[in-house]
Amino acid sequence: MASVGNIADSAAGPVPGSAAATRPNPFGWLAGLKLGDMLAVLPFMLFAILFLVLPLGYLFVQAFQTQDGAFTLDNIAGLFEPKIRDAFWLSIRISAASGALGALVGLLMALAIIRGGLPEWIGNAVMTFSGVASNFAGIPLAFAFLATLGRLGLITVALKALGINIYVRGGWDLLSFWGLTLTYMYFQIPLMILIIAPAIHGMKREWNEAAATLGASNGQFWRYVGIPVLWPNLLGTLSLLFANAFGAIATAYALSNTAFNIVPILLFAQIRGDVLGDRGLGAALAVGMIVICALANVIYLVVRTRAERWLK
Amino acid sequence: MKRNKTWAWIVFAIGASYFLLPLLATIKFSLEIRKAGWTLDAYTNVFADPRFQQTFGYSLLVGLCTVVVGLLIVVPAAYYVRLRAPQLRPIIEFVTLLPLIVPAIVLVFGYIRLYNSSSLLPLTNSNLGTATLLTFAYVALGLPYMYRAVDTGLRTIDVQTLTEAATIMGANQVQVITQVIFPNIIVAVLSGAFLTLAIVIGEFTIASLLNQQVFGVYMQNVGANRAYEPAALSIISFILTWGAMGMIAFLGRFAPKTAPRT
Amino acid sequence: MAEPFLKIDKISKTFKDNQVVKGVDLAFNKGEFVSLLGPSGCGKTTILRMIAGFEAPTTGAIVVDGKDITALPPNQRKIGMVFQAYALFPNMNVADNIAFGLRIANAPRAERDARVEEMLKLIGLPGYGKRFPFELSGGQQQRVALARALAPRPRMLLLDEPLSALDAKIRVSLREEIRAIQRELAITTVFVTHDQEEALSISDRIVVMNAGKVEQVGTPREVYERPANRFVASFIGLSNFIAGRDEGGGTFLSRAGELLKYEPDRIRGPVEALVIRPEMIELGAAPAGSQCNELAGSIDTVTYLGPLTDLELLLDSGEKIHIHRSNRTPGYVEQFRRGERLVVHWPPSASLPV
Repeated sequence: MASVGNIADSAAGPVPGSAAATRPNPFGWLAGLKLGDMLAVLPFMLFAILFLVLPLGYLFVQAFQTQDGAFTLDNIAGLFEPKIRDAFWLSIRISAASGALGALVGLLMALAIIRGGLPEWIGNAVMTFSGVASNFAGIPLAFAFLATLGRLGLITVALKALGINIYVRGGWDLLSFWGLTLTYMYFQIPLMILIIAPAIHGMKREWNEAAATLGASNGQFWRYVGIPVLWPNLLGTLSLLFANAFGAIATAYALSNTAFNIVPILLFAQIRGDVLGDRGLGAALAVGMIVICALANVIYLVVRTRAERWLK
Repeated sequence: MKRNKTWAWIVFAIGASYFLLPLLATIKFSLEIRKAGWTLDAYTNVFADPRFQQTFGYSLLVGLCTVVVGLLIVVPAAYYVRLRAPQLRPIIEFVTLLPLIVPAIVLVFGYIRLYNSSSLLPLTNSNLGTATLLTFAYVALGLPYMYRAVDTGLRTIDVQTLTEAATIMGANQVQVITQVIFPNIIVAVLSGAFLTLAIVIGEFTIASLLNQQVFGVYMQNVGANRAYEPAALSIISFILTWGAMGMIAFLGRFAPKTAPRT
Repeated sequence: MAEPFLKIDKISKTFKDNQVVKGVDLAFNKGEFVSLLGPSGCGKTTILRMIAGFEAPTTGAIVVDGKDITALPPNQRKIGMVFQAYALFPNMNVADNIAFGLRIANAPRAERDARVEEMLKLIGLPGYGKRFPFELSGGQQQRVALARALAPRPRMLLLDEPLSALDAKIRVSLREEIRAIQRELAITTVFVTHDQEEALSISDRIVVMNAGKVEQVGTPREVYERPANRFVASFIGLSNFIAGRDEGGGTFLSRAGELLKYEPDRIRGPVEALVIRPEMIELGAAPAGSQCNELAGSIDTVTYLGPLTDLELLLDSGEKIHIHRSNRTPGYVEQFRRGERLVVHWPPSASLPV
């Protein structure tokens, strides 16, 4: 039968020696933490440092270094060279387009299933499918769209049978800006649905009813209450979708190998075969990507915390 | 208050077609490998391909290692942050945000630069080393999801009270974690695990740059060389993803409900 | 008798297979404060929502000021409504919330601002215009909701359990405020609640409902002192029920064989039991020569409730009744002992036949 003293000892920490567990830790600002506790968090911290912080830090440092290790801004300046600048511009345009369109369609679909009066099973099916589809990015997605809108794709062939050839010169091409955008929407739309659905659920029925008793039509409700309340969430999610598309590569690579001149593919080619002929430039490219994606994500996080305040 | 529901049906119809058409097209394509009629030959080709078996098996193995390593890293940390060191929470949450903010390609780029032959830890020199690097890369990718799953699971079961109750009855720390806490968060843990597995199985970018023969790389290869098998692979991949999500939803039914606070 | 301002004409509502409101007829006069009172599921909220226009009656009509509004959409009915969950628009501050109805009606800016000031003063929150709902307490939010509903000068005010989400003390003070404002504006008001004390304290009339039907309509005094049936007697206030048989002419034969008297003009229908309110029962034997009913028993439980003492008496007939005595002097409760024999009496006027 354990005495009270034993219980207190064994509850002190995971390390067998209770002395070790009660020794104060060397970091003053984490006062109150026993060394034993720190041990539990150690693997996490070690992992974070070795496999997150250091690699990113190393890239940052290399971006500002010449071949010999001296500090320079030349690599950053190199980002504005035509080929790289064009790559960034193309990436930004595709991310913006797929993000905006994905956000719009996703919003409409979320509104349709939550407030459109559709049967509950449809809403559940859409949410489940969104969970799957948002993870379906990458190689398989590219194959699927090739099978649909590629040169031998289902729709292409069907339209040809009707006499319409969408692949005429100057017409459609899956391997183009709009082709990639359309493909990207396959995971952007579900992501939008998943993120915005809770916000729409949070829009109480009573707001509609209160607005109605005060004389507002449905359109007026959306104009004065609905959209203003959803707006921060929309903006934030748009930002997230942008970042999501910006960093994506597998789909584009599967569609076109390295033909698409978007930033991730450029980086891919650089890593594979040093096409830029400059180590520092590669690092600068990576840093450029980090900055853009981080900015977009920060916008998302800031806006979301603000919005949550309202929907208490 | 009768609302006009037609707009909702129209939107749903358009959305459903956009999402279902590619799947239907892919299925049809995958069945057309023989000129005459539909057969499952594309699928049998895939399943019989030794490369498929090798790469899929390898991906599965890497996935399982990722989950195990990930849990070893996440569970103790999440537990102690929640119980004893809430002040560490901001740091931990920032760390779990990094893989979401930083694209995978940048991450693997950093690894290659940092751990190549001329660094302190030349992981890329050996096959085992690279495989280890791959696993840790995947742990990083799955970190946000695994941490959030475990953290939510801990919050739901009110870890603090459970620990106090177990401790006062005489359990030591190890017993508390293994006999009280872990069994109660296993559902949450498995959810995170399945999500991570889904991510790992289909991953291409990191594995390709590390020259690892995983399922994603195999798929891309097949896509470059064959016509009908890629469609079959696409459907297989979709079913796998659906299976993983289905498991997560299924597990949700066994999740402990929130403990009411007195 | 003036034409009623609001008439509910044989209203029924059926959801799927469930008939929630069963052929209800009601008439409300202008400026009246009427409560719809009843347990959960009795149909009171459904009736309110049909008046507002959020549910369409399966049969029947709603007539306001002589016009049938049954088919009119809610945003054209000029009715103010206050919800249990406040439902303030979170993206607008207090002033904009209150001014919303006026903005929809295209009232000019100056008029809107003046009206907002007026309403803020009315609800006792002057200067709160710039605050946002999430900065306010529950009671404050509900007051703003009231101001918002009243700002566009509606012809009727509907309140759907507005106090249920608030703390007990706030509930009491806010209900008095609501009543005071209603009196000042003389606006016809329908108030839904399940709290009978709330209904008794502020209504001109109470509609007691149960399972989709109206059990009784009357002033608070009528509903308390002359309950129409067993349900009303037990839902409103506390009741002692004596089972037995009516012998006619104001005499009631209890199951235990006692002959009890009641005033014959109080009969409202077939008599199944006699109800006596706990505070109407006096201690001691009936005074000589009076017509008072007298029963005896032994004290089973003594409970000190602060302002009063509750005595549970086990009658010789086997039934149990409760007696409430006001704790008029300190230590009043001390004199009662469990098991002590007690004789009690009450006048025939206190016997309520139901």
